[in-house]
Amino acid sequence: MTATRSWLRERSELGICALLVALGVLVLTDALRIPTDFAQRGPVGPKAVPILVGSLLLVVAVLLARDVLRGGRGEAEGGEDVDLTEPADWRTVLLLCGAFLANAALIGVVGFPISGAILFWGAAYALGSRAFVRDPLIAAGLSILTFVVFNNLLGVPLPGGPLMEVF
Amino acid sequence: MEQLLNGFATALTPTHLLFAAIGVLLGTAIGVLPGIGPAMAVALLLPVTYGMEPTGAFIMFAGIYYGGMFGGSTTSILLNTPGESAAVVTAFEGNPMARKGRGAQALAAAAIGHFAGGIIGTILIVLLAPFVAKHAVDIGAPDLFAIMVLAFIAVTSVLGASRIRGVASLLIGLTLGLVGLDDMTGQQRLTFGSLHLADGIDVVVVAVALFAVGEALWVAAHLRRKPFEPIPVGRPWLSRADLKRTWKPWLRGPAIGFPFGAIPAGGAEIPTFLSYVTEKRLSKNKDDWGKGAIEGVAGPESTASASAAGTLVTMLTLGLPTTATAAVMLAAFQQYGIQPGPLLFQREAGLVWALIASLFIGLTLLLVLNLPLAPLWAKLLRIPRPYLYAGILFFASVGAYAVNADIFDLLLMFVIGLLGFAMRRYGLPVLPAIIGVILGPAAEQQMRRSLQLSDGSLTGLVNSPMAVIVYVVVLLIVFFPLLKRFVPSPTPPAAPTPERHKIDA
Repeated sequence: MTATRSWLRERSELGICALLVALGVLVLTDALRIPTDFAQRGPVGPKAVPILVGSLLLVVAVLLARDVLRGGRGEAEGGEDVDLTEPADWRTVLLLCGAFLANAALIGVVGFPISGAILFWGAAYALGSRAFVRDPLIAAGLSILTFVVFNNLLGVPLPGGPLMEVF
Repeated sequence: MEQLLNGFATALTPTHLLFAAIGVLLGTAIGVLPGIGPAMAVALLLPVTYGMEPTGAFIMFAGIYYGGMFGGSTTSILLNTPGESAAVVTAFEGNPMARKGRGAQALAAAAIGHFAGGIIGTILIVLLAPFVAKHAVDIGAPDLFAIMVLAFIAVTSVLGASRIRGVASLLIGLTLGLVGLDDMTGQQRLTFGSLHLADGIDVVVVAVALFAVGEALWVAAHLRRKPFEPIPVGRPWLSRADLKRTWKPWLRGPAIGFPFGAIPAGGAEIPTFLSYVTEKRLSKNKDDWGKGAIEGVAGPESTASASAAGTLVTMLTLGLPTTATAAVMLAAFQQYGIQPGPLLFQREAGLVWALIASLFIGLTLLLVLNLPLAPLWAKLLRIPRPYLYAGILFFASVGAYAVNADIFDLLLMFVIGLLGFAMRRYGLPVLPAIIGVILGPAAEQQMRRSLQLSDGSLTGLVNSPMAVIVYVVVLLIVFFPLLKRFVPSPTPPAAPTPERHKIDA
């Protein structure tokens, strides 16, 4: 059991192959359902390119799987703030995703100045910042400033929400 | 020439000058921030211009573009971690210089090199672009399709360690580009009946998701708990002896950088390395190399800047982005309903020449502002990482939401951001995906148009000399690895390849 798991862990890149297969099947099935009997102009209809792309996705998935099984490994991206010697910190990633989705869920309800501040504070908290006075102040300041600059100066509307109706 | 003067007249109005200055400052500030390269800088700053008229917006973009390129070299020199691919080589000599207390000179050599390369490159744009555009008007659909195929192949083959992973990334991009109504028949493709998807996936959302969200999540998973300490630095200046060593590299840079920028060969990465090798060979102070030779900063920086100018020629005249930054700029043009390509110089002459004029102005502003501001920029390197990446996610959300004021775009960005995370984890390069999203639909249209003309016969794709030549080049790139296996190379392998640092887009 553990042998299978560690075998899979070693070759987790096969997940990318699975993703490519799924995409390929999706593109192909979608392409085959496009009706071509009407509205087609020229010899090549709207189906041709999706069928080509879908097939290539399947081919590349197979080639990539072969590469992985033969010991090929995609090189994880390094970076100035990236420490690849440590294992991935999934807690941080999940918290970050939560902060991002909270903004998406709340922006229509409470408006950008509040949801944006929650996003910033939440993300900073997820990434390890624990200044419980400074963080929310920076978040609120940044969020309100961005709202005013975009909404009032640059002419890019953002939802103000109930907070901004007071003014 | 007259058009260029008109361009200056447009670009030198107080409002436009202000836009150029803001663009340069924002671009440098964002470019200096560790983890953010020029492509992400441009993508994140795109929403700032949504409410502007196109000319002002592009004048600002020109500033952001050059500012972002310049900002990357500061990170290279003071942190030894390049903020973007063009600045990788700068770290080789620039960081040793900074550690020896010559950071100020390294920054000055970079800033002036940037200015020199940029000005020479922009002069070449003025001379070449109208000429290329005039001849490109005559090239037909089969030629354009061939060039796009070349771009696809080049971007998957030249960059990155693994070709198959490059192709996988390209196909993911092409798939995203398929979503929406088919341009020629209005048929729905991959929309699954969703009205949100019928207009297609906005390129800005894809770019911000892959560059910014994917990057923030990836860094979050592996955040270095103790960031590197930047080296403190004073105001940049050069002594007479330094000037004597740097003026020739500054002038040689564009000769290498400009042509490489114009072709789809991965932007500034290759030419900056070539410039480094050239300067090393020509240098009289060979002992300094590796310990902080100022020529090794001056040459590559000038080269990088000129290559950015070369990129613009191809982008403006053929509508073909050769770097990630150019791809995002192309998306910006499309936001305004403007299609870069051979006709741009006829249809939008005022806009194009104002843009070119503002490149000169932006470069000058960059030099004037950045020499005195360098110590301030260096302080940005100390920004607490939680704030930096929280800020990236924050502005990514603003950008994606502002495109259509639609929460759906935020969710889409999240999903594509997760994809960007997976791509970073498994070494799939991001650039091919972006090129696929942007060029995919255009390539499909050109192909179908060619086949329409030839009545469905595949010979319609190769019925012009130019298309044939381009396909020969494509085949050479594809089969080059095979050829290498059969033909023993007479020369020993050239200089060792540079250590592959992490490269921000």
